[in-house]
Amino acid sequence: MQEKQSATATEMAQVETIIGRILQVGVVLSAIVMGIGLVIFLVTGDSGYAGHTVPLTMAAILVGSWQLKSYAIMMLGTYCLILTPVLRVVVSIYAFYKERDHLYVAITTAVLIILMIALAIGLTGK
Amino acid sequence: MIQTALIMIGVGIFAGIAGAILGIGGGMIITPILTLGMGLNIKYAIGASIIAVIATSSGSTIAYLRDNVLNLRVAMFLEIATTIGAIVGALLTGVLDPKYLYLLFGCLLVFSGWNMYRKLRRGQEVLQRVEPDKIASKLKLNGSYYDKAEMKTIDYQVENVPAGFSVMFGAGVASGLLGIGSGAFKVMAMDTFMKMPLKPSSSTSNLMMGVTAAASATVYFFNGSILPGIAVPMALGILGGAVIGSRIMQVLPARWIRIVFIPIILYIGIQMLGKGLGVHF
Repeated sequence: MQEKQSATATEMAQVETIIGRILQVGVVLSAIVMGIGLVIFLVTGDSGYAGHTVPLTMAAILVGSWQLKSYAIMMLGTYCLILTPVLRVVVSIYAFYKERDHLYVAITTAVLIILMIALAIGLTGK
Repeated sequence: MIQTALIMIGVGIFAGIAGAILGIGGGMIITPILTLGMGLNIKYAIGASIIAVIATSSGSTIAYLRDNVLNLRVAMFLEIATTIGAIVGALLTGVLDPKYLYLLFGCLLVFSGWNMYRKLRRGQEVLQRVEPDKIASKLKLNGSYYDKAEMKTIDYQVENVPAGFSVMFGAGVASGLLGIGSGAFKVMAMDTFMKMPLKPSSSTSNLMMGVTAAASATVYFFNGSILPGIAVPMALGILGGAVIGSRIMQVLPARWIRIVFIPIILYIGIQMLGKGLGVHF
């Protein structure tokens, strides 16, 4: 029992390290993108758009970011930040799989599927 | 413009530190500052607070994962309940009168506040039973963490898994239906019902909040509730604050965190009861 428990503990430590690393990359990346957008916005004083308009489609955000429009870059960074928890769930599935913890591969996959359904309902419903 | 950005960074740092330590989303702190303090429309305040929750969650989770404070299995297992709850909540909008939900959750929070007060007076933080809970053992939920305040590894057991799961489902429904972050409910489900120690409860709540919020954040992102000039400096401040907060939390004695937590949970509870009874204050 004791042995089994410590095996579980090492396994968890490895899973947590993998997820932590990936999450860190995601957070740093979104912070850099948001930071660049904010600096451009504050230095130029220009959102890149007329009045209070904010780019709201993925296409507009990507095109605007390419043209170095500050609001577009800031929205892109915000979107990356929103995706970090989803990324965390995806990486968790892989991490549990690598540790051969099938029960938690199933549980985490279920969470991801439910999350996708929630995203789909959110996008179409409101 | 620079002034607004600096204020938002400052507000963010504060909200990030508090949110990371207590395991609650920044919404409770951000929304009143933005609406009452800066006169911002509630729509944008909600958009900003959803981003705040995700920033707090992701910023603090890095340290909590590395230092092994949170319980990943508990988080994953309970996320099934919160995400299904969030969908049910979203579908129930307009069907169920939010009044009853406010009353139910108000009562639960007040009960939980009282329970936390009793825990504080007993001074007993960790549950150790001779006979471990069957469901918790099967799901490998029992865990341990290194407490930097007490400088020792603390093993703990988890119990009442079905009750915790139900409260989490309710927390999900509340966040889907009422649009609240429900971090306080998550801490309550783990601390009060599943008898987890406070530090793993609040750090696990932090981890879970991000996932619950990510689902609704997409909606707010594309419907124009996010003002980049407000949300971005705030999110940057929060990320920094959460990184600091997740370090502070680990060296704070659990008792102190509980002392701060009790008035907050009672305040939210009473506010919700007020909303349920139609009294505004």
